[in-house]
Amino acid sequence: MNPERSKSYPLRRREVVKELLAQRSDALVVAGLGAPAWDVTAAGDTPLNFPLWGAMGGAVPLGLGLALAQPSRRVLVITGDGEMLMGLGSLATVATQRPPNLAIVVLDNERYGETGMQLTHTAGGVDLGAIAAASGIPICNTVSDKKSFKSVIPQVQKEVGPLFFNIKVRAEDLPLVLPPKDGAYLKDRFRVALLGIDATI
Amino acid sequence: MTSLASETWPQDIYQVLVENRVRQIAYIPDIGHASLIKMCHKSDNMKTVVLTTEEEGVALLAGAWLGGDRGVLLMQSSGVGNCINMLSLTRVCRMPLLILVTMRGEWGEFNPWQVPMGQNSNPVLTAAGVLTFMVNDKDRIKETVKAAAKMAFEGPAAAAVLISQRILGAKTFGR
Repeated sequence: MNPERSKSYPLRRREVVKELLAQRSDALVVAGLGAPAWDVTAAGDTPLNFPLWGAMGGAVPLGLGLALAQPSRRVLVITGDGEMLMGLGSLATVATQRPPNLAIVVLDNERYGETGMQLTHTAGGVDLGAIAAASGIPICNTVSDKKSFKSVIPQVQKEVGPLFFNIKVRAEDLPLVLPPKDGAYLKDRFRVALLGIDATI
Repeated sequence: MTSLASETWPQDIYQVLVENRVRQIAYIPDIGHASLIKMCHKSDNMKTVVLTTEEEGVALLAGAWLGGDRGVLLMQSSGVGNCINMLSLTRVCRMPLLILVTMRGEWGEFNPWQVPMGQNSNPVLTAAGVLTFMVNDKDRIKETVKAAAKMAFEGPAAAAVLISQRILGAKTFGR
C-alpha cells in the first residue's frame, strides 16, 4: 500500500467530471455512490443524471441495463475505485454484452472517500484498467496526466464502446454538492425526461 | 422425479413474459430454469444477460427500467442472499422487479449446503420488502407468475415467485 502517492496526482476530480460532462449532448449519466455522485452534481444537476446514494457495486450493471434499453443514447457511468471494486464481476458482464454505447469512467483516488479516506486495493497496486481489459472490454486505458485526459474526453463522448477509463485523481476532501436523495423522485424525473410523461402511468 | 425437459410449465412462464413485454432476461442459470433460458435466448425481442452474481441483475434491471425496458431476474434460491443490499435500490426508487426463484434446499434436498438459503429465501425476501409467491403445484405456475408480474409492473414493486422443489424434483447426482 502506498498512502502518499495519490495525494500528489495532478488530475482533480471535479475538473475531470466537469470537462467530461461539458459536451455531454444527450448522454444519460449514472453516478456511483459517494464522491462521484457529488462530482456529477457539481457539474450540474439534471433529470438525466442518476446519482446513487447506495447500491454499492451497482453503478456499472445499472448503466449496462440502461445502455441495453437505450441503444441510441450514450450512457456514461462515472464511479469511484471503491464502488468499482465491489462490482468487478460486472465488467465481465459488460464485456460479454458489448454495448457499443456504454462508457465507464472510474475516478480512482485510491481511497474510500466517504468513510475516512482509508486506502483501497488500488493503493496496493490493483490495476482496474488491466482488470477491465482482461475481462474483455475492448477499449481500456488508465489516465494520470492532463494531456492524456484531454485525448480521452472525445473517446468517452463518442467512440464505439464499451469503453473503460481508469482516471487517477488526487485524493482530496472537497465540499459536498448533494443531488436529490429520494430515489423515487430521481427515477421518475429521469424516466419522464427520457421517455415522456406517459412513463409515470 | 419426472424429466424437466418434458414439462410444459417453462413454456407457460415464457408466455407470461412475452405477454408482459419483458425485454431483459438477467440470470444465473439453474437446471430448473434451463428450458426457459433456452427459449429466451431464441427470442428476437429479448436480451439475455448472464450475470456473475445475482445482485448484478437487480442493478441491471433498475437500469433497464430507467431506460423503459421491463425485465426478469432468474436464479436459484442460493442467489437470494446475494441480492439483499442491492434490493434497497429497487425499494427506495420504487421500481418494478420480477424475480423467479427455483428452490433448492427446501424439500427432499440431498446437499446440506443448499439448505440454509433454501429454508430462508422466503423470509429473507419478505424482510427486504419483496412480495413473495410460493408455488407448489406446476399447474399453478402460470397464474402465479402472471399475478406476480402484474403486481411488479403495476406496483411498481419487487415480486418474487418461489418455485418449489416439489415441482422441480430434488437433485440427486445419482444417489
